[in-house]
Amino acid sequence: MTTTLAAATARRDGTAGAGGSTPPAPAPRSRRRGPRGSQWAAIGFAAPLLAYLAFFYAFPLWRNIELSVHDYTIRAFVQGEADFVGLQNYAQIFGSPLFGQALANTAFFTLVSIAVQFSIGLALAVFFRGAFRLSGFLRALFLVPWLLPLIVSASTWAWMLNSENGIVNSLIRAFGGTQINWLTSPETALLAVTIANIWLGIPFNLVILYSGLQNIPEEVYEAASLDGAGPWRQFWSITFPLLRPVSAITLLLGLVYTLKVVDVIWIMTTGGPGTTTTTLAIWSYREAFGTGQPDFSPAAAVGNLLIVIALVFGLLYLQLQRRQENR
Amino acid sequence: MNARRAWWKTALGVLFTALMLFPVYWMFNVSLTQTSDLRNSPPNWFPWAPTLEGYQAVFASQLPALGTSLLIGLGTVLLTVVVAAPAGYALALLNLRGRGTLNFILIVAQMIPGVVMAMGFYAIYVRLGLLNSVGGLIIADSTIAIPFAVLLYTAFMAGIPKELLQAAKVDGAGAWRTFVSVVLPVSRNSTITVALFAFLWAWSDFIFASTLSRNGDLIPITLSIYQYIGNNTTQWNAIMATAVVASIPAAVLLILAQRYVAAGVTAGSVKD
Repeated sequence: MTTTLAAATARRDGTAGAGGSTPPAPAPRSRRRGPRGSQWAAIGFAAPLLAYLAFFYAFPLWRNIELSVHDYTIRAFVQGEADFVGLQNYAQIFGSPLFGQALANTAFFTLVSIAVQFSIGLALAVFFRGAFRLSGFLRALFLVPWLLPLIVSASTWAWMLNSENGIVNSLIRAFGGTQINWLTSPETALLAVTIANIWLGIPFNLVILYSGLQNIPEEVYEAASLDGAGPWRQFWSITFPLLRPVSAITLLLGLVYTLKVVDVIWIMTTGGPGTTTTTLAIWSYREAFGTGQPDFSPAAAVGNLLIVIALVFGLLYLQLQRRQENR
Repeated sequence: MNARRAWWKTALGVLFTALMLFPVYWMFNVSLTQTSDLRNSPPNWFPWAPTLEGYQAVFASQLPALGTSLLIGLGTVLLTVVVAAPAGYALALLNLRGRGTLNFILIVAQMIPGVVMAMGFYAIYVRLGLLNSVGGLIIADSTIAIPFAVLLYTAFMAGIPKELLQAAKVDGAGAWRTFVSVVLPVSRNSTITVALFAFLWAWSDFIFASTLSRNGDLIPITLSIYQYIGNNTTQWNAIMATAVVASIPAAVLLILAQRYVAAGVTAGSVKD
């Protein structure tokens, strides 16, 4: 989830960047150096990035596709020769009983996370909209969960949700409830990791939605106020509709970034008990790295499936963003 | 009336913030709790008899891991800036052909799941003998930061006044001189923002550390905490003390660099 900040900024940069994707303006042509000369300079300056993308993005992704159509064992890894099996690994994962469960877990984890994060983030953004004493400081403090290393937040949550000694169960008992085995019972484990993930995602939603709110002119609210609209009415007739484009982008980005979450779940439950918190990302991670016997080929197949799902929503996001710019 | 309303909002804001930050408080609290009190029921809400035994355990065993993380973080920052700053210059000011496509690729690159990248890197590193190496982790960690960094630099550099670049040209500066003497110094704040986040992400990384550096002698702090939890689940005060220490970069970032973060975020918001 740390990369969500990249998302926040990339969204804005993407706006500026995509705006620059129109053909070069005529201005540079009038420069003394011909367009060809400066084009070589441009390529020279971009060369490290192009080489980097080729070696450290394209190549690993290519290796990953290769893994998924071969039968790689650890020995094949070292010796270099693995049998080509075509789409057999894909057939195997689609046929696996874990497939349906992982898909359902992913859907629950992702959808519940972003729905709740978004609602709380929006409520907080509205709350922080009118500046009050300390509001800037408090808003900055809200960033803390976002900046902490995931191992830190995930292990803190694991201890808070500990069955016997966790503070959460202690509170529940204090109010007369019975102890809940948050992380060790199959019924609640998925909910528990989702709760921790919601906590992690609130800052991201708050920041983006808050910056979206800043773009709604104050006069609109003043006019509504003069017309006698209360805060509730103002929210549903002004804030919510005017914030819709930003909301759509926040939700889609949240979706793309929640789909690939591994750390939180792995640290808290390692996908268990059993497979009850195994999402697609966790499934892939577990097959490749989580057991004593790494099985890279099905892991890569699951990973590639995850890429396809993420890209569908990612492209939807880009399309939405472009449409918004053209408005 | 207004003042009273504002006061009431501040009180509510403090309450919300306190609720939100409760887990962070809890981490502190547990890190200072004596081992014998860890299993009290109900737990101690406040470390009345604070102990530093947790922190002593950190300094006894976690210093090498902290050093490794520091090294990886700094290496990632260096690699990120070296690759991203010139690329931003080419994209924003040199009218690189195909920059629309490149921008698109950079945005999509940020959406690729880390676990997929980790497998790809593992497959490559196992042949090159780069597993369990600091250099290998620096390269892998920089994939988190570089697309973000290029997009940030591009957005900022596109806003550099044309007169400034024109003036450099009149003085006879070529593309390289312009980049080094004008563009880079002007983009200082972007560099700070990029460096801060590249460092923080590399420092916080768990996926690459736990896959590409599992058996190394030099493991980063995130993996060290993870193994610590696995090995001794009873010493939660020591685990939480390590967590507190591992959070220091985030705290520093928040306190010292908030305005750079804001600068970075607003840099791209020209169109908003």
